[in-house]
Amino acid sequence: MSDGDYTADEMMTVAASRALQNGQVCFVGIGQPSAAANLARQTHAPDVVLIYESGTLETRPDVLPLSIGDGELAETALTNVSVPEMFRYWLQGGRIDVGFLGAAQVDRFGNINTTVIGGTYLKPKTRLPGAGGAPEIATSARETFILLRQSPRAFVEKLDFITSLGHGSGGSSRAEAGAKTLGPTRLISDLCQMAPDPETKELTVTTIHPGVTRDQIIAATGWDIRFADSVTETPVPEPAELAVLREIHARTARAHAGQA
Amino acid sequence: MPRAVITSLEEAVAENVSDGDSLSLEGFTHLIPYAAGHEIIRQGRRDLTLIRMTPDIIFDQMIGMGCARKLVFSWGGNPGVGSLHRMRDAIEHDWPQPLEIEEHSHGAMANAYEAGAAGLPCAVFRGYIGNDLPKVNDRIRSVECPFTGEKLAAIPAMRPDVAVIHAQKADRRGNVLLEGIIGVQKEAVLAASRSIVTVEEIVDDLGGGPNAVILPSWTISAIAAVPNGAFPSYAHGYYPRDNSFYKAWDPIARDRETFRAWMNSHVMQRKAGEGVQ
Repeated sequence: MSDGDYTADEMMTVAASRALQNGQVCFVGIGQPSAAANLARQTHAPDVVLIYESGTLETRPDVLPLSIGDGELAETALTNVSVPEMFRYWLQGGRIDVGFLGAAQVDRFGNINTTVIGGTYLKPKTRLPGAGGAPEIATSARETFILLRQSPRAFVEKLDFITSLGHGSGGSSRAEAGAKTLGPTRLISDLCQMAPDPETKELTVTTIHPGVTRDQIIAATGWDIRFADSVTETPVPEPAELAVLREIHARTARAHAGQA
Repeated sequence: MPRAVITSLEEAVAENVSDGDSLSLEGFTHLIPYAAGHEIIRQGRRDLTLIRMTPDIIFDQMIGMGCARKLVFSWGGNPGVGSLHRMRDAIEHDWPQPLEIEEHSHGAMANAYEAGAAGLPCAVFRGYIGNDLPKVNDRIRSVECPFTGEKLAAIPAMRPDVAVIHAQKADRRGNVLLEGIIGVQKEAVLAASRSIVTVEEIVDDLGGGPNAVILPSWTISAIAAVPNGAFPSYAHGYYPRDNSFYKAWDPIARDRETFRAWMNSHVMQRKAGEGVQ
């Protein structure tokens, strides 16, 4: 915390929440994306529609869910649909504007790995949870935002496994693979924001969070990271945004601690 | 069609689950059939193909206790906490025995259950575009739409020998009501050859509205009343998810001996439906 009273994680969550526009329909991943999406709903985007893969449609949780199917999500939803309906009608049917994804690893084209690291697929060094809904969110949502803390272990030159397609090998390769949607249009980390270059589709730094240096970003990236021609500073979190975010986390901690 | 038999959990498992069966235990975070899974462990079933979109702690326990030969899944973590250590130990180190895996995405498994319920040989959907899963799972293939030429993903329909689910209520004729997050349970039961449903209670009148999610008695093999049968997951309208248990599971499951000792005192030495609290 160099400049003002907030953490790097709070900056990341606030920047991600601002990326969501009021009225958009958002398919929400668990963890950081869920915090950002609910912060957006409780600040500048009261009519953002949040959908979780457990089938909770237009949900308005008061506390953040620990799992993708917490009772809080069902109780505050407009309606609850089956998981096949969720994936067939609502996601594959083209009803989702933004897919909000986390990841274990990402490469320069926004491809995501959540399957295995190191070794072989059958005998990996690290077995990750796997795909979940992400492969189809990544190709059926109109666009996706990726939210991930930046480090050389997470931002890698080459993925051991592509679980969810980003911009493939760059250029037009995503469309050639059969994806008809935009793919990752934005990556938000705890250091900066990136967007794909219009031609090469390589993720390029567009805004740097206050107090962060280019050298920090370079050191935290496993590939030779590029910066856009005009890089701006990410606007600092507003006191009101921080207050709402901290209240969400406090309510969540109280709710989860209360269950013995 | 014969109606469901209302019986004890021990009988339901003994009658319907055999070594070598393929078994779907579904419930998407909600209504996970823990008590039934524990009874399968106690009865010592072996060489099972275990099928769940989200293996969760129940499959961590069944895999760690040596019930499984193969796992079919699409997201294998402890939600919001981290890894399933017993599942990882089986995949990474063959403990307590090798575990074959068949890995999918959620969209694929949901479609495969629906195809199974619909009596189709395979599921067709827009999925697996540009990712590596088809390289490691030869059941992921593609078909061309005969009308548009679009290449679509295809996987075999899910057709388990047995579906095991937990629900809120059954009536005395054996009709079952599910409420809240309903996941893929209806599809899993309709896709399976046999099915076991545990319920919180058996009542005179289900009380669902005209569009309630109901599984008719004649689609189910056996029903057992098991209050708290989904703990530590939850049953909408009965008890909340015990998030603290999910967090506490992490250190228990990290170590083989700690895990075995815990299972011995909390599952093996208890009777069906006694729960783990």
